[in-house]
Amino acid sequence: MTADLVIEAEGLVKTFGKTRALQGVDLAVPRGTVLGVLGPNGAGKTTAVRILSTLLTPDGGTARISGFDVVRDAERVRQSIGLTGQYASVDEDLTGRQNLELFGTLLELGRAGARRRAAELLDWFDLTDAANRQAKTYSGGMRRRLDLAASLVGSPDVIFLDEPTTGLDPAKREDMWDVVRTLVNNGSTVLLTTQYLEEADALADAITVIDHGRVIAHDTPEGLKRVVGGQTLEVRPSDPAQLPRTAEILTQVGSGAQADEIRKGVLAVPVTDDAALTESVARFATAGIAVTELSLHLPSLDEVFFTLTGRTASEDDTTRPTEVAA
Amino acid sequence: MSTLTDTAPTRSRALSTTAPNPRPFRLVRHSLALAKRSLIKTWRTPEALIDVTLQPVLFLIIFVYVFGGAVAGSTHDYLQFLLPGILAQTIATGAIAIGVNLNTDIAKGIFDRFRSLPIPRSAPLVGAVLGDVVRYVIVTVSTLAIGYVMGFRIDTDLFRAIAGCLLAVLFALCLSWLPVLVSMKVRTAGAVQGVMFALIMPLSFASNVFVGADTLPGWMQAFVDVNPMTHLVASVRGLFLGTPLGNHVWWTLAWCAGFVAVFMPLALRAYRKKI
Repeated sequence: MTADLVIEAEGLVKTFGKTRALQGVDLAVPRGTVLGVLGPNGAGKTTAVRILSTLLTPDGGTARISGFDVVRDAERVRQSIGLTGQYASVDEDLTGRQNLELFGTLLELGRAGARRRAAELLDWFDLTDAANRQAKTYSGGMRRRLDLAASLVGSPDVIFLDEPTTGLDPAKREDMWDVVRTLVNNGSTVLLTTQYLEEADALADAITVIDHGRVIAHDTPEGLKRVVGGQTLEVRPSDPAQLPRTAEILTQVGSGAQADEIRKGVLAVPVTDDAALTESVARFATAGIAVTELSLHLPSLDEVFFTLTGRTASEDDTTRPTEVAA
Repeated sequence: MSTLTDTAPTRSRALSTTAPNPRPFRLVRHSLALAKRSLIKTWRTPEALIDVTLQPVLFLIIFVYVFGGAVAGSTHDYLQFLLPGILAQTIATGAIAIGVNLNTDIAKGIFDRFRSLPIPRSAPLVGAVLGDVVRYVIVTVSTLAIGYVMGFRIDTDLFRAIAGCLLAVLFALCLSWLPVLVSMKVRTAGAVQGVMFALIMPLSFASNVFVGADTLPGWMQAFVDVNPMTHLVASVRGLFLGTPLGNHVWWTLAWCAGFVAVFMPLALRAYRKKI
């Protein structure tokens, strides 16, 4: 075992009936870092998290958290993890405070300790005003914050976040990202599953891409972006008559490819670095071209998958043969 | 959320470096903490108690005033005879609710959170079972209260009356491992209710709840004689009214022990295997 790996999994296999959810997944997360596990629905992300958090027993392979085996030392593992996902939920009939105090009591913080920790977390997650309301009255964003707070009651070393921002609006998503960054700054190790490359890019030190229960890529965000084509600059000139001149400028600032009209009135060009954005703004100003939209985009999950596998992420799973190639 | 980084609590302890907590009675303490959760839920959703409080009222009124004259000659005599039976029937039906609630809880995901915590795996189930004791006490008190209003009177003393109530509560507590088991085995909350009614109804009607067992045909008497409900009702009747107790209390306690010995391990096993 490498001393620095807090989460390690080798060859995880899990089968549900005829569905092969995991077909030999390796994961490795060094202490104090964030691993983004990227994949479409049904890729096996949740199954992997459930095995690592001791909720499921793998059919094959091994996994260790802080050196403890998730099957043989499950009790030890449970002492050092926090789990947040749609399934690891809170009690809707209890208030936010009652939920957090219950988990504090179960984690042996003692009565006063549980109360203090609950107050601390409610404050941190901006839930103090709603603390005495039943969780079922919370909005989606508040509920997500309470779920996350509930997984942090025991100050865990290792935190699993299973799609923590799915369904949240962009502002709430940024808040959640801030929380994750704070946790890592405080020394926690985080495994985060997501369907958004943007999210993995914003938070993760490394990204593992999973598809059909198998790892199809593992890289730093930079490395992955290099493989899948980096970013795209999208521009909509105010006057459609300016499209040809806009395209000319974009082709010059881009990484070599011709600018394309991807939607009516919107041009796009692949770029290699963020400087292309400012450069294009300067050139449009000089040329006297007014633009109504200008944005830099990471490739979507679909584009990532298309590049890595030659098909889109949403393609039907059942049409693909499942036998192990290697 | 803008000041997150400033107010983030410092990490107080590194859990992974400490050994599992050896403090004694973990199962008891954790179960009690989780029982408190059930209590809060019961308190928060009083409408969930309507079935167990309304049922004895309806049964007492209907049976006493419709059948009382015909069965026992007078409504008062029949009320005296019937109330211990209705108490037993209602408290046994009341035990169904735990299966329904557990099934709903598991579907909602709170149990996965419990399973990711370093607590005994059985604590959430034991906690839920213990938390429902309050429900049984409420059933007992409300049945006795409506009975009192209708004219029911305890013929023995306070001590024996309380013993009768406790026996009924104990019976429901032990029996409730059966609905817990069923809730682990069937898919929906509605199915738990259906299966449990199908099991409880014959037990409460093919018994001495509504009429004396000696009026029944012989083949049915054989069933009635071993029916746990019969022993509970005879015990409560004896403790409330002073009728002969025989071995009924012992039989009731034996059934209680049997329920726990059989259904509790099965329920815990089914719970561990579920999901």
